[in-house]
Amino acid sequence: MDVKSVRGLVGNKLSFESVSADNGLKRAANMTADEIISQVIASGLRGRGGAGFPTAKKWEFARSEKGDSKYIVCNADEGEPGTFKDRLILTDFPDLVFAGMAIAGKAVGAEHGILYLRAEYAWLRDHLEKVLEWRRSAKLLGKGLFNNKYFNFDIQIRMGSGAYICGEETALLESLEGRRGDARNRIPFPVQAGFLGKPTVVNNVETLAWVPCIIEKGPSWFSAMGTKKSPGAWLFSVSGDCKRPGIYEYPFGTSLHQLLEDVGGEDAKAVQVGGASGLCVPPTGFSRTLSAGDLATGGSIIIYGPEQDMFDVAENFQHFFADESCGQCVPCRIGNVRLLDAIRKMRKAGLDAETERTLRQLTSTMRTASKCGLGQSSTKAFLSILDNFKNELPPVVGEAKATAAAE
Amino acid sequence: MEGQSPVQLEVERLIRVHGRNRTALMPILQELNRAHSYLSEEAMLCVSKELGVPRAEVYGVATFYSFLSVRPRGRFVIRMCRSISCAKQGKFHPVTAALMEELGISFGETTPDGLFTLEKTNCMGMCDQGPAILVNEDVHVKLTVASVLEIIDDYRRKAKAEGFGKKIA
Repeated sequence: MDVKSVRGLVGNKLSFESVSADNGLKRAANMTADEIISQVIASGLRGRGGAGFPTAKKWEFARSEKGDSKYIVCNADEGEPGTFKDRLILTDFPDLVFAGMAIAGKAVGAEHGILYLRAEYAWLRDHLEKVLEWRRSAKLLGKGLFNNKYFNFDIQIRMGSGAYICGEETALLESLEGRRGDARNRIPFPVQAGFLGKPTVVNNVETLAWVPCIIEKGPSWFSAMGTKKSPGAWLFSVSGDCKRPGIYEYPFGTSLHQLLEDVGGEDAKAVQVGGASGLCVPPTGFSRTLSAGDLATGGSIIIYGPEQDMFDVAENFQHFFADESCGQCVPCRIGNVRLLDAIRKMRKAGLDAETERTLRQLTSTMRTASKCGLGQSSTKAFLSILDNFKNELPPVVGEAKATAAAE
Repeated sequence: MEGQSPVQLEVERLIRVHGRNRTALMPILQELNRAHSYLSEEAMLCVSKELGVPRAEVYGVATFYSFLSVRPRGRFVIRMCRSISCAKQGKFHPVTAALMEELGISFGETTPDGLFTLEKTNCMGMCDQGPAILVNEDVHVKLTVASVLEIIDDYRRKAKAEGFGKKIA
């Protein structure tokens, strides 16, 4: 398959276009681990998978662990509904990602890299293997990078098999070890005991792609984009009711207004920020900004036009979570199914006050008691839709009996 | 090598490629699933024995992931994205209806000739170009009723070229 044929629209100029992956790698090859880490600290780079953890911190933790075998895992299990930036990065800029992994390897003291590619992107595999092969032959990967016998780093591709939960880093590691994608307990963190019990850094595709850019152009080039609290720029995956869906790069601190204008979605009734596990923002919130302090996000933006039935959205997402819950812990496994039942019911028969109270209690239990991020955040979309668009539900049928679907 | 079934030979070949350890379980199951469109009981038992992984755990893994199947499926598995960005694009419902009508099956079913299985799947990352389907490992985007019928015809021709119908008969 020709991977470029489904590349899609890139709506504005991307920083990645102005960088050569291997300038950064070459510089890093001549730097010490401390120097690399201090550059990444100075840039303020945070994880791009959604949680926003400072990248250099992760690396420092893994570096300080003893052990001769460490791993750098690139999380390409991009499964959050409405997210496709990693698909574009792997199509257009795979060298940046692989160079980023090698730089991370040098910083941490790891010689093994694994790219965990979601099954839905299997069509990208041949393309990526070719790039890896080329990099090995150019001494940018494998034994003795740049003919330096102390710089060894190789990457293998491992496939997912269709499980959203495997985007969660500990579930991903379980999957790599040949198990069901059940999230692990922390502590220990993957940086202490990850793949096969060895110190492991799991970074998102985009996070790794920024690394060689930062090393080449310097941390201040990166931090000058964005705000003081959220330095840098981000790739946004824009879909839904707008004229120009596609990939857009914005510095942090950009408002939803600005984004909607650029993509041709000015008449939006709501915007879903952060995918199914994110927030649904009504027009009163369009002046909010995309940044760590305000609307933190994994880069997914779904736009809903005036015609959109918002509880159709809530039902679609809830179905997604009921489907994708790994089933390991009760609040998530049962909670998501109950919530789905309740949404289907309220779309037909409305929502009385007592049921609403019970449901809100249920969501709070799920948020607090679920084991991993899936169950902890799966109620966010429903709640933000309920808070802002309750008037779209039909009136309660007959006597409002307290037949909570969640009892 | 005498007395070994084709499945045993195949599993042994895969173990030579991926290794005889627990981390090889997923790649081995993935390749078996890809070659046969599903994981037969015989294949799972063989993998369990060869890798020393309890059979319950092999079955547990095989049933956890939505792209692995323990039931026979068609030569081509069509997965239609059901997530919101695809589902809200204008042609989604007509395309879905056209697929079902053309194949004569509903979601979760396989055509009687064993050629196509129709499934729904969660977001496959083509949200900017929906409605989208995956057919085995290839992705097709911006579907219309006309284009989806053409795609089905292409796969029918591909199957014919492979001699697919003859094998069944």
